[in-house]
Amino acid sequence: MTKIITTKAVRLKYGDSEALHGIDLDFEAKQLTTLIGPSGCGKSTFLRCLNRMNDDIPNVHVSGDIKFEGHDIYTNKTDLVALRKEVGMVFQQPTPFPFSVFDNVAFGLRLAGIKDQALIEERVIESLKQAAIWNETKDVLDRSAQSFSGGQQQRICIARALAVRPKIVLLDEPTSALDPISSAEVERTLIQLKRQYTFIMVTHNLQQASRISDQTAFFMNGDLIESGATEKMFIKPKQQMTNDYLNGRFG
Amino acid sequence: MTEHQKDRFATGVIYFLVGIVVILLAGILGNILINGLPHLSWHFLTSESSDFQAGGGVRDQLFNSVYLLILTTIISLPIALGAAIYLSEYARDNWITHLIRSTIEILSSLPSIVVGLFGYLLFVVQFGFGFSILSGALALTFFNLPILTSNIEESLKGVSATQREAGLALGLSNWKTIRGIVVPAALPGIITGVVLSGGRIFGEAATLIYTAGQSGSLVDYHNWNPLSPTSFLNVMRPAETLAVHIWKVNTEGIISDATAVSAATGALLVLVVIIFNLSARYFGNKLYQKLTAAK
Repeated sequence: MTKIITTKAVRLKYGDSEALHGIDLDFEAKQLTTLIGPSGCGKSTFLRCLNRMNDDIPNVHVSGDIKFEGHDIYTNKTDLVALRKEVGMVFQQPTPFPFSVFDNVAFGLRLAGIKDQALIEERVIESLKQAAIWNETKDVLDRSAQSFSGGQQQRICIARALAVRPKIVLLDEPTSALDPISSAEVERTLIQLKRQYTFIMVTHNLQQASRISDQTAFFMNGDLIESGATEKMFIKPKQQMTNDYLNGRFG
Repeated sequence: MTEHQKDRFATGVIYFLVGIVVILLAGILGNILINGLPHLSWHFLTSESSDFQAGGGVRDQLFNSVYLLILTTIISLPIALGAAIYLSEYARDNWITHLIRSTIEILSSLPSIVVGLFGYLLFVVQFGFGFSILSGALALTFFNLPILTSNIEESLKGVSATQREAGLALGLSNWKTIRGIVVPAALPGIITGVVLSGGRIFGEAATLIYTAGQSGSLVDYHNWNPLSPTSFLNVMRPAETLAVHIWKVNTEGIISDATAVSAATGALLVLVVIIFNLSARYFGNKLYQKLTAAK
């Protein structure tokens, strides 16, 4: 299996306080990896290092080695725009732009300079289908994306992220703001797509992690405690701390 | 008093206070309209003002007011938009930003007569624009910029941070996120800012007395050449507006129907502001729907 992202000794400081104390974690291509751990353990912070979303927060300093397909993404020459086209992101709160469904999904394509109307249309439809939201939107593509339900909005956002054909999609607690039915819809979408894309997902929902992920990494207080195949980790964790967390003794 | 009685008492006080505001505003508005509307007529709207005799109209003043409003908005909107985008999206939280913000706050409470005298010294005298629509529009821009800037800044800041993050995460540059997402999302607020400042510009007199002048020149509404001195589009001609007309008729007017003229002009001013307000909202909503597909 190929490793699409490798990280080594990743440390992150907010001013003087260190939030990540040296993380070594690699991600397999075309797998769904979940990052789990109690609130404030650094899993979201780590996720945001992978497409450099922490750059926009003042006083953040990242050190260590993060490579995407073998290239260091923290050089001065790294093209952030190009990086984020390869590494898309979906957030906790659905973030549809105040445009129609079609324009939301087409946004990244038009931005990438694609002018061919037929191609844009084809990609939009394909992405909406991939994100399992096509049936609900096909007749109302010109309606504002913000007028849909939370779960539908989130799947529109997934479609928007997929439209530019990224290699990786980062998901920051994508279902925690949704009701159980909408969460289940988003989960189904991810399961269907996980052989085509690399997903890295932060979640607080351990059952969700065990249901849909191939690999799991457990974070605690800014350290990576344990990582590996989800099945193995959930049945027989190597570390006592992981065992305690999975059994709900803290967190 | 029990908790329940306290609650009812406080509710009563709040209703009473809002009642005072509503009665005051309705009283003023009603007074202006009741006194002014009977004197408003097609003749009043379409004839020239008169210096000595009764029966003059406000044709030129009405046009000048609208023209100044449009020119001022054209000049000040891009500047205010740019400044607001800087303050809301780019400015770091440091002393320079604080300085800019407090300057804007101070400027927005500057008395309009001071802006007028400043405009007189700078545009009329120093730049040699004379008493003209151009001098008036530039002075009004000074008057208008601070409030418009802070209104637009507020509406840009109202756009949720998650929208910006989503834009950046999609690979948009900072500028494209602003232009493509933040500004369209803030459009309703921006339109409200333009409407509010439009009303202020339209009713402004003190700033214009020393800049656009108090006398009207001969205006020809068939002359579409802006460079011709008699053209209604010429920006170098002196131009009295409705608000200045009210002031002049009441201070130095010698026409026998001064009271009626100023009452009618006042009512007209209020009506135009209302029409401007409603139509700006209507077209703004249309534009917003077109940009955002919101229904």
